Amino acid sequence: MAEAEENIRFHEMFHIEGGNFMSAGAISSRVKNILKKAGFPGQIIRRTSIAAFEAEMNVICYANQGNLSLFIAPNFLKVVVKDEGIGIPDVNLAMREGYSTATEKIRELGFGAGMGLSNIKKNTDEMILTSESGQGTHLEFVIYLDNQKKE
Amino acid sequence: MTIFDIVQSFGLETRAGKDHLGEEVTGGYASDLLSDVIAHSRKGNLWITIQTHPNIVAVATMKELAGIILTGGREPDPETLQKAEDEGIPILVSPVFTFELVGRLYQKGISGLSPC
Repeated sequence: MAEAEENIRFHEMFHIEGGNFMSAGAISSRVKNILKKAGFPGQIIRRTSIAAFEAEMNVICYANQGNLSLFIAPNFLKVVVKDEGIGIPDVNLAMREGYSTATEKIRELGFGAGMGLSNIKKNTDEMILTSESGQGTHLEFVIYLDNQKKE
Repeated sequence: MTIFDIVQSFGLETRAGKDHLGEEVTGGYASDLLSDVIAHSRKGNLWITIQTHPNIVAVATMKELAGIILTGGREPDPETLQKAEDEGIPILVSPVFTFELVGRLYQKGISGLSPC
């Protein structure tokens, strides 16, 4: 995982309210606007906002509340999402495409395809997911600015 | 083929994004699962779905889709319309169900990505 915190040029933290589907996508859209204003290449913006959207939706769908932090460094972008919620009992299983614990209500809204975490992995260069059942989940991902992975 | 051509050819009704119908359509994707659309749609695609809530606009904006067609006579939520106007995403509606509409679009040359 990208280190050298002293190189962080920009940091902003956003609060995410669990269960609030009406404002879903608001945080990732703010992330996208920040990156746009900063003049990052389109593909970097697209990959980061897709991963941020999926992470934001996970907090909305499964947690009571959480925070998403965006860090901008000269060579990478990093997003850290921490939530307070039910957590993920088996992280490896959760990473498997198609696996989902979504409720009927969540599925009716078109979420819960079991593709969110794998979409994050696909769109980022590094991803770390840890969770304690009943406590919450901690997700970090990094996108390198000099190494453009394909979507 | 532009969104405008598609609106004309298929008798669709435009509910939002009237000023953004000139974009060339690069293909289509049909799904009601948002993460599936995020994973497999491509820039400039037309998205065919029965989902009507504001998150469809968030997905379309993020993936830079050309527009969204709601099938089976479904109407967008008021918040969806507002968001679509704000983001400039065309929302079109059709009384026809997804399978039939996709078939008609395909016949007119709008195709999807094939993994094999």
